[in-house]
Amino acid sequence: MRKVWDLIGGVHPPENKHQSVQDSIGTLPLPQKLVIPLNQHIGAPPKLLVSTGDKVLKGQPLAEPKGMVSVGVHAPTSGLISDISDHPIPHPSGMAARCITLIPDGEDQGVEYQGTDNFREKTPKELLKIIRTSGIAGLGGAGFPTAVKLNARQPISTLIINATECEPYITADDMLMRERPEAVVEGIKILSYILGEPDEILIGIEDNKSQAYDALEPYLEDTNIELVEFITRYPSGGEKQLIQILTGKEVPYGGLPADIGIVCQNIGTTHAIQQAIVHGEPLISRVTTVTGKACTTNRNYQTLIGTPISHLLEHNGFDQSHCSRLVMGGPMMGFSLESSDIPVIKTTNCILTPNQEELPTPPPAQPCIRCGMCAEACPASLLPQQLFWYAQSQNYERLDAHSLFDCIECGACSYVCPSNIPLVQYYRASKGEIRKQAAEKVNSDRARERFEFQKSRKEKEATAKAAKREARKKAAEQARVKSAENPAENLTGNTTETKASAADDIIKAAMARAEAKKASPEEQLAKLERGVVRAGSHLETVQKRLGDLEQEATDKQREQALAAVENARVRLNDAQQKLSEVKVAPADSDPTSTSTEKALASTEKTIVEKIQASPSAALEKKISTLKERIAVTEEKIASADDDALKTALQNGLEKQQTKLKDAEQQLTETPPETEGVTNTTSTTETMDAAASAIARAQAKAAEQSSMSDEDKLKASVESLQKRLKKAQEKLTAAEAEGSEHIDAFRSGAEKLQAKLTATEAELAEKAQ
Amino acid sequence: MFEIIAQHPIPAALVALGGLAIIFGAILGFAAVKFKVEGDPIVEQIDHLLPQTQCGQCGYPGCRPYAEAIANGDTINKCPPGGQNTINAIADLLDVEAPTLDEEHGEESDVKTVAYIREDECIGCTKCIQACPVDAILGAAKLMHTVIVSECTGCDLCVEPCPVDCIDMLPVEKGLADWKWNLPPSAEEQINALHPDDIIATDAKDDDTDHDAKHDGDNGEKAA
Repeated sequence: MRKVWDLIGGVHPPENKHQSVQDSIGTLPLPQKLVIPLNQHIGAPPKLLVSTGDKVLKGQPLAEPKGMVSVGVHAPTSGLISDISDHPIPHPSGMAARCITLIPDGEDQGVEYQGTDNFREKTPKELLKIIRTSGIAGLGGAGFPTAVKLNARQPISTLIINATECEPYITADDMLMRERPEAVVEGIKILSYILGEPDEILIGIEDNKSQAYDALEPYLEDTNIELVEFITRYPSGGEKQLIQILTGKEVPYGGLPADIGIVCQNIGTTHAIQQAIVHGEPLISRVTTVTGKACTTNRNYQTLIGTPISHLLEHNGFDQSHCSRLVMGGPMMGFSLESSDIPVIKTTNCILTPNQEELPTPPPAQPCIRCGMCAEACPASLLPQQLFWYAQSQNYERLDAHSLFDCIECGACSYVCPSNIPLVQYYRASKGEIRKQAAEKVNSDRARERFEFQKSRKEKEATAKAAKREARKKAAEQARVKSAENPAENLTGNTTETKASAADDIIKAAMARAEAKKASPEEQLAKLERGVVRAGSHLETVQKRLGDLEQEATDKQREQALAAVENARVRLNDAQQKLSEVKVAPADSDPTSTSTEKALASTEKTIVEKIQASPSAALEKKISTLKERIAVTEEKIASADDDALKTALQNGLEKQQTKLKDAEQQLTETPPETEGVTNTTSTTETMDAAASAIARAQAKAAEQSSMSDEDKLKASVESLQKRLKKAQEKLTAAEAEGSEHIDAFRSGAEKLQAKLTATEAELAEKAQ
Repeated sequence: MFEIIAQHPIPAALVALGGLAIIFGAILGFAAVKFKVEGDPIVEQIDHLLPQTQCGQCGYPGCRPYAEAIANGDTINKCPPGGQNTINAIADLLDVEAPTLDEEHGEESDVKTVAYIREDECIGCTKCIQACPVDAILGAAKLMHTVIVSECTGCDLCVEPCPVDCIDMLPVEKGLADWKWNLPPSAEEQINALHPDDIIATDAKDDDTDHDAKHDGDNGEKAA
């Protein structure tokens, strides 16, 4: 006999298991409808594969796992998907979640299952994949995806099968072991193979299940599987507690059993794995106990996932008036249900319908008398009393210091409390609050980071702006100094020469800039060609990466890679299009350059004219242009319909008016033709005029160097047509393949079509 | 050496003390440079307690400036998003009496909200983008804007600048993942929830003049 450690603490409530083991595991007629929640496990919800109105066969996947920690769901029988919407699910909150409603057609037609006679022919990885796609999540209660649990990173030395079923009333695992010991043992062998044949394989069973023990024993004779019996005591079936009882090891705080080389699986899960691998049958039903004195029949049933609880109760002579409350799970850890219109899910091991005598309404809580019975009962060696005080005063720091998160919420403390304090509810509430606060902390930290980043960015922008302004100011000052030096010369004589030289400099600069612009088309061409090559190579590398990923990446990664390829392709298209545009352009570029030169020449002329004109004449001219501008602005204001635009224009108008006033004043102040005084003003004036003229010339040159509107439109129509053609090709290809991005392709093509017609219309307008 | 010290005890003592002073001074000086604390640690701690909505309801441009103001002696009850919990936490940190929230700065609300832009009404003015303290609004001039819900702190600052009033503050939807157990009702709440007839006589206030007689009667009932 193997050494067995004692359970720390624990209680022994009345077992009440005999009522539901009188009969064998029964089956029920098909219910009117099945309501299958999408998310019956811990982790990410699976991806829906069916839609309303679909006809499905038994065992057909309704949703496939999406992400690492996820499992799918399958149709429990053949029928019609009548609805996919929110429906109340078995959860202590009584909230609703996405469910698939299936109306059975009564034929129970199934898809063909593909089983394996010899699981050793497959690799553990393949078996894990079958477990994942068969929708198997821990049937013991938590519903953690089994494939994830079995895929431990650490080497596993011990496999523990949890056949404890320590909660009162529940007998689902007990009956499974009694009636299908062979399948259970085969399931254990599969588990052992997947885990790389651990040194020890233990089945932990309480001594109140002697029939199950006897049923299992003959099948274990030639195996290294050990059946370990120990004293019945609640909660020896807790994962950490069972590990301690069987091995004496303790799972570290915040750790997993896999950290100490142990994997623990429930009997029901083991059976489901055997079904999935040997018979190829996904998890579409489970054994559920229906018990309690409010039901005349107490029995276990092979229940289809999604069966409404009301259906189970109907067939067991349920009497609502006798039932104190409807409980899912056992009396210790189960939770009350608000209605019976809630489906059975993968983790539903028991429906309990106790009467007032079995599970009375808890009397009001009395003050804690510090008796310490809870500390004695606690299987996790915590101090429930202290936790209770801290939970009451919401002292979350102290709760954490007292290892609140080691609490397994077994309810032993509440059970023994002479003051009827609902201790577990305090712990659950505090855990929820701590988790909520931690989540808020993460959010607030991120907000702080973003806020501080924004602040530093704005500061940087402001300093850059200030530096720019400073530089401009300096340049202006230098120019002023230069012009201040010049008048000294001017006084001695020859003003026109200096003026002309200043103007010459400006003109030269403008010419040089125009030259640069003229030279650019060739450069641009080269640049664009380089761009196309680069985009092409980028596309290649991305496609290569996608190819690499295809084999073992997750769906998400693959989607990302696909998106990247798409992106790269779009970029390549863009680059090619631009290149073709530019290649068309050189034909027009010659006249453009000549026109640029013309524009420059005319600017030169006006500048020279301005310089040669007398200062007062220049001022007069300025005044007239200002007046013209004001008139234009006023017109614009009248026609503007946007408020923001209007105010902006108004501001501009005011500025122009003040400028006009200044100029007029200056004109009156300037005595006609007094050289010495006006010289300085006239030079600065000339500078201003020249600068604005050059700016205008530049703008014009820039405009002309690009194509005329019509040409532009034509080019864009051409490119749009090309793109549309490509998009349509892609669309047909996607349709042929049945790609999932088909909608995106279609909408893209439609958008392109719309754009094309719009551009063509514009072109036609222009042509007229 | 020893003789010199013995002959001139007072100067020797002075030299020794002076030497020690120089050595320790050097150590302290070094430590002051080496282990210099950047910024005010209390500001940091207060900042970590504030909810980081950056809403400015306290009158300061962000949570950190308010934390600095608190460190400089401002009152701690100006943060409506943090509510009483935050006030209590800061009071605990600063070891002062926790005041109640100053209603002048806004009311505490249990419902968390996020901004939502009605996108077909958005004119693309970028005013809300400039107002957002955490860069949670995406968009460009003359293009539709939208809120990155996961980054929005629900600070309300974008609602006011919007010229076409297309921003709503919507309550965050609570799903299964946000659900948590409630604390059981306290003793007082339980008593209040009880029907008056359920309260036994000894718990009731004795305001009757013939209270002896009543007691007797009640006891009789109880016994029965």
